[in-house]
Amino acid sequence: MNNPSIIVRNISRSYGSVKALDDISFEVPKGELFGFIGPDGAGKTTLFRILATLVLPDKGTASVEGFDVIKDFKKIRKILGYMPGRFSLYMDLSVEENLSFYATIFGTTIKENYDLIKDIYRQIEPFKTRKAGKLSGGMKQKLALCCALIHKPAVIFLDEPTTGVDAVSRMEFWEMLRRLKESNITIMVSTPYMDEASLCDRVALIQNGKIMKISRPEEIIADYRYQIWAVRSGRFFELLSDLHAYPGVHSVHAFGQAAHMAFDKSTLSMDDLRKYLFHTGHADVLIEEIRPTIEDCFMELMTTK
Amino acid sequence: MANSENIITVKDLVKKFGHFVANDHLNFEVRKGEIFGFLGANGAGKTTAIRILCGLSYPTSGEVKVGGYDIYSQRNQIKRNIGYMSQKFSLYDDLTVYENIRFYAGIYGLGRKEITTKAAMLIKRLDLEAARDKLIRDIPQGWKQKLAFSVAIIHDPKIVFLDEPTGGVDPITRRQFWNLIYEAARDGITVFVTTHYMDEAEYCDRVTIMVDGKIAALDTPSALKKTYDAANMNGVFLKLARSKPVA
Repeated sequence: MNNPSIIVRNISRSYGSVKALDDISFEVPKGELFGFIGPDGAGKTTLFRILATLVLPDKGTASVEGFDVIKDFKKIRKILGYMPGRFSLYMDLSVEENLSFYATIFGTTIKENYDLIKDIYRQIEPFKTRKAGKLSGGMKQKLALCCALIHKPAVIFLDEPTTGVDAVSRMEFWEMLRRLKESNITIMVSTPYMDEASLCDRVALIQNGKIMKISRPEEIIADYRYQIWAVRSGRFFELLSDLHAYPGVHSVHAFGQAAHMAFDKSTLSMDDLRKYLFHTGHADVLIEEIRPTIEDCFMELMTTK
Repeated sequence: MANSENIITVKDLVKKFGHFVANDHLNFEVRKGEIFGFLGANGAGKTTAIRILCGLSYPTSGEVKVGGYDIYSQRNQIKRNIGYMSQKFSLYDDLTVYENIRFYAGIYGLGRKEITTKAAMLIKRLDLEAARDKLIRDIPQGWKQKLAFSVAIIHDPKIVFLDEPTGGVDPITRRQFWNLIYEAARDGITVFVTTHYMDEAEYCDRVTIMVDGKIAALDTPSALKKTYDAANMNGVFLKLARSKPVA
């Protein structure tokens, strides 16, 4: 069948005594939307730089669309779209000038590949004479994506495209990625936002240079071994410590208005917990059984390592 | 609520850059000791407002008092009574843990003796004894974040401004960070915080949502959820911020 679009085998890379990547291996099939989920310093950017042929690995091999990241770096650069974490735009060029600049370096024109970017570009086209430096964060992000796509790449790398972007713009950006998938481009995207994991076909959860898990988001959730109740009360921070103290509880984490309490499946009774919380002085207690989120899974993997 | 309990009062605050109105007649009060969440889409005018409240920029018009001091005539007093921390600007990488603490304590105007006592206390409280003489660049991200916050309140300010303090932080550290915020609030420090994590909006006593330079909503999280008929703060945020045309 099809060869994978991205192959990474036993890649390690250190900066001085810091192991940025520690023996990482994975594959991404053609046309997949693959997510790297992890906090700052997990190694996401180093991995992108290696695959974008900008940094050499200390150990291991990697290829993009069959081209080796070391031997065939020139070929990779032609077929790759790369949107680094810091904006890749020229702030003193206009929207249109930025786009035609990127088209020109790749030996193409805006016209030739307009179809691929038109859904996204239309939203910023009314401002096409405005300097990139004068755009809002959300608009910069859309322009940067257009610039990374203008040469019709086979693979696109997006390094934290939604960091520091508000919840509305984040949602719109993911809608754009879903639509891009229809063009059969392989998309590799990284994010520190756990809730974005469910929008990917498959995700790698990464922490301290190591991949803790790679799977489809729903499989990661299915593999979580504890049962979770979401518990609410009027006194939230006392609730966290009171739940911690409850016998048989594995972990307690704050999730917005509710505390997620994890425990070995079928070992506790909701009625008993309700009585306990009543006796510890909690009013308006609400307990419901919930499915774990990716963030629950991530924290569990972090603490079991 | 009595006026004396308001630590920040903002009346008809307007800030223009040329023709662009970044803050359009803002009116709000922050109560002493509360955790006040300041949310809004990118470009809604949050940073402009925070810079004014910290005494770093003058309003075009309006009346603003921070910690009882006037924003036009008492900026130095304001700066002495506030703390500030952001994800982007916190600690010096090439100074040690101890040096950073001493440096900031000095900047915030603490005396030599006080610096020594406070630094020792802080290092003990954060469990950083073993890392005392390590460079900031060599300690884990999570420790940095907690240290940066503790340093921002080392001079016992009336108010601490936190500008996206948890951006890019791992989920466990992010939660530990909010425990620190709660402790500070319990000690009487007013917390003014911005975030893009909507679950964190739920931890605030009251939340403001800015849209296009105006305050679109200001209330407790539970009242906002009721008003906008949303299951959580993310729902409230999307309803308010989505009502404007996309630019």
